[in-house]
This record gives sequence, structure tokens and C-alpha cells, in this order.
Amino acid sequence: MTLAAASHGFLSPTGVEIAFLLVGLVTLGAAVVTVITRQLVHAALWLVVTLGGIAVEYLLLTAEFIAWVQVLIYVGSVVVLLLFGLMLTKAPIGRSPDADSGNRWAALTVAVASAAALVWVVTDAFRTTWIDLDGAVQGSTEASGRSLFQYWVLPFEALSVLLLAALVGAIVLSRRNGDPEHTGGRKPAGGRRPVGDRAPAADRPRSGGPARTREDRG
Amino acid sequence: MTTTTTAVLVPLLPFLGALAGLLLGRRAPGFVRPLAILPTLAAAALAVVVAVAQGGGAGAGKAPVDAATRLTPTGSVPIDLALHIDGFAALVAVLVAVVACCVQIYSTGYLRDDPRYPSYAALVSLFTAAMLLVVYSGDLMVLLVGWEIMGICSYFLVGHYWETEAARSASLKAFLVTKLGDVPFLFGIFALAADAGTFRITGILKTVAVGGLDHPTLIALLLLAGVAGKSAQFPLHTWLPDAMAGPTPVSALIHAATMVAAGVYFVARLLPVFAASAAAMVVLAAMAAVTMVGSGLAALAQDDIKRVLAYSTVGQLGYMTGALAVGDRGAAVFHLLSHGAFKALLFLAAGVVIHAAGTNSLAAMSRMRGLAGRIPDAYWTMTVALLALAAIPPFAGFFSKEAVLGAAEHASTGHATASGTLTAVPTAAGWTVLLAGLITAFLTAGYATRLWLLAFHGKGPETAPDHGKQPIVMNAVLWVLFVPTLALGLATPVLPDWFDGRSLTPTLTTSVLGTGVALVGALVTYGAWRHTTALAARVPLGAVAVAPDAAPADSEESAIATHAAAYGDNAGAPDPADPGRLLLGPLHRPAAVGFHLDAVYTALFVRPVRAGARLVRFLDREVVDAYVNGAGTASRWLGAAVRRAQTGNVQTYLGALLAGSLVLAVAVVLVATGTGA
Amino acid sequence: MHLAYPAVLAVLLFCVGLYGVLARRNAILVLMSVELMLNAVNLNLVAFDVWLRDKLHAGQALTLFTIAVAAAEIGIGLAIVLLVYRNRGSSDVDRLRDLAERPDGTDPNDDLTGGPDAAGRPRPDHQAEAAA
Repeated sequence: MTLAAASHGFLSPTGVEIAFLLVGLVTLGAAVVTVITRQLVHAALWLVVTLGGIAVEYLLLTAEFIAWVQVLIYVGSVVVLLLFGLMLTKAPIGRSPDADSGNRWAALTVAVASAAALVWVVTDAFRTTWIDLDGAVQGSTEASGRSLFQYWVLPFEALSVLLLAALVGAIVLSRRNGDPEHTGGRKPAGGRRPVGDRAPAADRPRSGGPARTREDRG
Repeated sequence: MTTTTTAVLVPLLPFLGALAGLLLGRRAPGFVRPLAILPTLAAAALAVVVAVAQGGGAGAGKAPVDAATRLTPTGSVPIDLALHIDGFAALVAVLVAVVACCVQIYSTGYLRDDPRYPSYAALVSLFTAAMLLVVYSGDLMVLLVGWEIMGICSYFLVGHYWETEAARSASLKAFLVTKLGDVPFLFGIFALAADAGTFRITGILKTVAVGGLDHPTLIALLLLAGVAGKSAQFPLHTWLPDAMAGPTPVSALIHAATMVAAGVYFVARLLPVFAASAAAMVVLAAMAAVTMVGSGLAALAQDDIKRVLAYSTVGQLGYMTGALAVGDRGAAVFHLLSHGAFKALLFLAAGVVIHAAGTNSLAAMSRMRGLAGRIPDAYWTMTVALLALAAIPPFAGFFSKEAVLGAAEHASTGHATASGTLTAVPTAAGWTVLLAGLITAFLTAGYATRLWLLAFHGKGPETAPDHGKQPIVMNAVLWVLFVPTLALGLATPVLPDWFDGRSLTPTLTTSVLGTGVALVGALVTYGAWRHTTALAARVPLGAVAVAPDAAPADSEESAIATHAAAYGDNAGAPDPADPGRLLLGPLHRPAAVGFHLDAVYTALFVRPVRAGARLVRFLDREVVDAYVNGAGTASRWLGAAVRRAQTGNVQTYLGALLAGSLVLAVAVVLVATGTGA
Repeated sequence: MHLAYPAVLAVLLFCVGLYGVLARRNAILVLMSVELMLNAVNLNLVAFDVWLRDKLHAGQALTLFTIAVAAAEIGIGLAIVLLVYRNRGSSDVDRLRDLAERPDGTDPNDDLTGGPDAAGRPRPDHQAEAAA
């Protein structure tokens, strides 16, 4: 690396570095907008931009598989889930003046201080370190798949179990506990009613129908 | 059984009785009375056996019994469990045990329904044991133990009727005033032991005989303070009249016959120590003179029958200390014995009178007809006892008092030496005691006559209330004590053998003088009474509690509790028919309140102590507590401040956590780079 | 490429996410900020994996796992948020203060729950349907 340090000038960026920097700026800007915008749905959309920018950064770092996974999972499903969450919790459309809580300034102080400290440490540590992107591609699908199914099979399978557990957990949490009409399937009176029929639901103690609706969609 | 074993049993039996009484008192009420009476009775019998075995004192050339076992090797002056029984100890022990027996028997009738009788009887037993220990002990530290146990028993027993305010304050006063004397007393004992190198009485007397005491005056004066407190001598006598708020049997035993005589007995034992200092003898004489005359005057003004007797006790104790001041301990102990008998009789009879009359006020009794007829036993025994008190021949008091006056007369001529020593008694002491003794004889006869006339010869519209027949045990005890009151004078020729061998026979001069002034005093009082008694019928006065079925103690308790309310004072009563008022004239008011000595004490001691207590209280509450409370308040404020941080907002917590971690991380980095560089 | 670029970008993203976690009121926005922080970590992992040329590709594998775990986390998290919203009528983080002590001892959420039929009670399900 010292040889690499000698061959690279600090202020003579390559094309990849310039591209990384520009995309990084866009990503950072989108992230900042995500956390400061007062329109909740916009925040989710800016999050898409941020996550997409990070995917591009992965590409620039020659980790193409990760980049596509990032696009698929984050942009494809996580953000959609978040949007559903916003809608299900009746998040206001448009500007909501109380999106930030009262300790905004304290949070800002902590964040800026952390940033300063970490940036200082990181730049101090990696001042003379360069990544060699010209060698063999590190994150091609083939390379990733090989290593994943050669060396990381066991954690991979464990992770699948974790995902299953999370799925079950989400279902259990979303269910309405203690509702006799709902537990045990749709046999009782509630089951005969059309899904989404709001009028009769008013005289029931706690409506079970909408919960099913949400589960079907989630 | 040797004399020593018998003598050890004498104090031990009442002590065990007291322990058993205290332990069994609640669980087995049936055992209380036997446990109270039988050990005391046995102790009395054993005391008589010891006295018979001893068979005489120094006067007969009998050596005293001395036995000792080392109790504690203290490193410097050892403490021994020692017996020292000479003629004085043997006879005084007999007196103590006999009077204690009488009082225990009397109490079974007097306090028959009292719920606290078990503890009362046990305390009386404990007191008896302590007094016998004092009498027999040959070691000053052991004597001091008995001395202090007596004090605490006195405190408890004076406060027996603790429901009444008077009894509570009287018990505290008795305790505090005697302790005021006991502290110098303790130092006196230490100083004496330091000079003599031993606590044993025999060793001390040996040292004194060779003039080995370095500070005789200091030691004698320190010891005198304790003696004055215990024996109620001026100026520490004020507790004794107030102590009459206790039950009458207690007054008879502790505050007339025995405990108050302990001081006299103590001086008698250590008389050579006091005689080694002429100043101490003069102080003793002055103390005795002031006590005698002052108490005689005060007794004339008292309204409570027991307070009259209490002041009379103070005066008679003054006679005894007077006898000691002129160096004749034989006369002092002789008067102690006869006084113990007749004063115990007077108190016990007064208990009967109070019960029968339903009041303790002489003013109320003087408006009652026929009291003497209701209680003939008490009337006759009390009459004789009062004659003995007034030193009318041929009763016991006459002989003992004439012995004292004879000794004083002997000393005033400058020929006397203190008993057991060759030290000359100061002439001044002799004159002081002689003059004061004669004045007191006049006063004694006066208040004895007044008491007798007011109590038994009341003239008024009402007859005495009928309380039924007095308990047989109470009357029987009166007659038991009547015997020595009547006949102790017969022992006058024998007693010198038990004492120092000095003759106790009355001399002609003092007999004529003493009896003369006594008769004059009685006649003057009678005249005054004739003059004033007509007023009694015109001025109704008095409150009488009539409760025929109540125990005698109940009548007394209600009488004590109501006296201040009915007559405005615990001591006097606004009675124009009182001959004492006529005799004393302007002195009556000061005499009734004990010559304002209590007020002097209030100004000199009570107020400064209270001010000091307030200061300490202020320091404790405002200064010390300020720090203590400040610690608590500061913690609470800190807690309130910290609690404000607990908002329940998770983001706040998280922010604080992260900020803290950041600070730590930066610190670690700085330290790491600092050490690295 | 200079290693400082991805590292500093990751740091800044992380701190932006940190700010969001601390400052955002809506629980779902907080979850978004958590995603930002996770992505910052992922970026670091990938960058260092590439820099070190790791034979096992531990960094990339771990990134994949992180993404999967993040997906699971977002599912569970949203379920919890929905449950909270259903019970409380609000998903504002700074109004969930049951753990705080109130001097007067009243329930801090009385003003939120009010009662089962309170007029102000929100209908999250209805809103969800309308939004869907």
C-alpha cells in the first residue's frame, strides 16, 4: 500500500473517484433530506434515492451482486414496507409541522459531534490508503456466490431460519389477540361477512376485518 | 454455722427474695406475700443471731468480726468483699431488719389491693438487702454499691403513686438531690482510698490512727456532701419532705428509720477520719445546728401530717450528726436506734390515721370529732411515740437525746475527745450542738404537741368518717414497734458495751434543761392551741375522701393528689386555727415552704441547668440537625433534579447515551494518541 | 481509489441516520433513519472487503446477511409500530412515556387513549384501506 500511496497523488483523483464523490454527494444530500423533510411520504421517497445511490457506490466498488441485492431488497421491498407502514399509521399527507421532536438541537449536536470525531479519526487513519480496483473483480455474482455457498452456507441457512422467525413474529404481532371471532380461522359470524364490510363492524367490540385486510397485503 | 456465714446470709436472703418476687410477681401472685415477708423475717432472725454471737462491741472488749475475700484485683487499690461487724453494725442491722419486717407485714394490709404490690414488695426487699449490705460491709466500694442501690430503690418507691404529679416530681427530686451529694461522696472515697491505700474500713482506720491521711479536711468535706444528701442534712435536705408523696410504709422504712440514717452510720464508722480534721467537725456541727433548728421551725408550719414527721426526721438526724460532731458516735447510734423505732412507729401510725381520717391534712383533722376513738391502737402508740420524740422521760427518745446533749455539754467544756481517737473535739462544735439541741428540744416538743392535738383532739361539727376496722396486721405492727419505743431506755446501761464504752447515762444538768424546755414547748403549744381552736369551728376547711372499702393506700394516694388542689399548696394550709401559725408569727409562711430553699435551688441550679439544656437543645436541633437534615435535603434535591431527566422519552435517553459514549471514545482516542506520542 | 472516500461517506451517512433516530418523532421515520445507519455500515463493509481483497469475501457475505437481517428487522419493527398505533392511537415516539414518573400519579397516556369509544380515537384500519 505504501507503493500505491506513492503512485497516487492525494489531489489527483481518478475518474472512479470523481464519480464516487459525485454520487456520494447526491446520496448524502438525499439522506439529509430524508431526515429533515417535513413530508413523511417524501422522506420515504428520498430514502429510495439514498439507497439507490448507495447501490451505485457498491457498483463503483466493484461489488455488483451486493448492489443488485441492495436494489432488490431495499428499494424494492423495504421502502415499500415503510410506505405501507406510513399509510397504515395514518401518516398525514403533506407537510406536518411536528415531524421533529423537541430535542432536535440536542440530536443535531450529538450527530455533528459524532461526525466530527469519526471523520477526524477515519481520515487520520486512512490518509494514505488506496483501494486497488484494477485487479480481479471482487464482488461479481460468481465470486459472491462461490464464497457464499462455499464458506458461508451455515450462516446463510441460519439466516433463512431467522427470516422465517421474523415472518412468524410479524404475523403474531399484527394479529388481534383475544378476538374469538378471529382466532381459529374465519368460521364464526365474522367470517361470513364480506371482507371490508365496515357497517356491521361498528357494533362488534373490536373489528377484526381490517386486520385481515392488512395482513393480506403485508 | 459460723458468724460469718450467718452474717453473709443476712443481706443475701432479702436480695434473693427480691429477685424471686420480681420474677414470680406476675405469674404466681400467691407467692408474693410469703416471698416478701419470709426472707426479711429470716434475715431479722439471723441479724439477731449475729448480734447475740457478737455479744458486744469495743466497749466490752470484743473484737469485731472481719472476713474478706478478694473481689477484684484492680491493679492499684483492690476491692474486697469484706465484712466488718462490730457492735454498731450488729445493732443497726437488727434495727434495719426488724423495721423492714414490720413494714413488709404492714404493707400487706396497707397495699392489699394495689396492682403494683409485687414490684413494691420486691423493691422493699431489695432495699433491705442493700441497707444490710451497707451496714455489714467492711469495704467502702461494696458499701457504695449498697448505698446506690438504696438510692434507686428510694426513687422507685417514692414514685410508687406515679399517677400523681407530686409523686413523680418528688421521686425525681429525691434521686437528683441525693446524686448531687453522691458525686462528691464518690470522689471522697477515692481520695480516702488513695491516701490510705485500701478500701477496707479497718485499713483506713489503721492509717488514720497513725496520722497517715494527707488531706483529711478535703476528704471529710467531700464525704460530708454525700452524707448530707443521704441523711437529708442542710442544705441537701429538701428532697425528704417531698419524698412523703410515697406510700407511708416506704416513708417509715426508708425515709425515717433506715436509709436516711445510713449517712449517720457511715460517719460513725469513719468518725476518726472526720475527727482528724477540726474544720470538718465544725462544719458538721454547724450543719447539724442549722438542720435541727430549721427543720423544727418548718415542722411547726406543715399541714400534711407526713411532712411534719419528715421535718421531724430531718431534725432528729440533725441530733445524730450533732452527736457525731462532738465526737460521740455511741450517742449518735443510740439515737439512731431509738429514733428508728419510734419514727417508724409514728409513720406507720400516721398511715392508719390518714386512712381513718381520709385526709393527710392536719387542718382537716382538727375539724373532726372522735378520730382517736375510731383508731385506739394508733392513738395510744402514737401518743407514746410522740412523747418519745419530744424526749419526755421515761421513753426511749429521752435517753438517746440526753446522751447526745450530754456529749455536747461534755465537748463544750473542752474535755472531750472523739470516739476511738485521741483528737480533741473543738469547743465551738460542742457549744453549737448544745445550744441548737436545746432550742430543737423546745421546737420538737412544740410540733409533737401540735400534731397530737390537731390530729386527735379535733373540735368540729363533723365526726370522723367511718372506714371500718383497721387491718389487724397494721395494728399488730404498731404494738411491735411500741415495745422499743417504750423500753429502749432500759438498754442505756448495756449499750456502752456495744459501742465505745463511753457512758450514755443522762447527766443531771442536761436532763433537767432538756426536759424543761420540752415541757415548756409542749405547754406553750397547748396554750396556743387553746387560744386558736375556737376558730376551727368557725372556719370550715378541708376535703375528706370517704371510701370505706378502699385499701389504705388508695386513701393516701387520693389525699396526696388532692392536697395541692384543696389547700393551694403541698405543704401548708390556710388555716387560722393552727397553733403553729400563732407561734411562728411572720415566720409561718417561710417555714411552711421550707424557708424558700427550693426557690434558691431553682435560681442557683435548676435555671442554669435548664438554660444549659435549652442551649444544648438549640445546638442539637438547629446546628447538628441542620447538617443531618441538610444531608437528607440535599439528597432529595439531587434526586428531584435527576428525576427531571427521567422524561420517559426514549430519544432523550438514547441521545444522552450516545453523547456519553462519544465523550468516552474521544477521551480514549486522545489518551491513546497521547501515550503513543 | 482513496479509502477515505467510502469511509467518510459511511461516517456521514451514519451520523445523518443518528440525527434522524434522535430527532424524528414518527416511529416509521425513526426506522428509516435506522436503515440509513445500517447502509452506512454496509458501505464500510464492502469498501474494506474490496480493499483487503479478502479470500472469503467476509465483508460482502456479512453485507448480505445485514441486508437480510435489516429486512427482517423492518418487518418486525413495522408490526410493532402498527400494534402501538392501534393501542395508543399514535406512533409518535416521544409520546410513549409510560416509563416516566408523573408527580400526580396519573396515567400519562390518558389523553391519548381516552376510552374505547372516544370521539378522537383514530381509525388506523380505515385510513389504511383508504390509502391502499
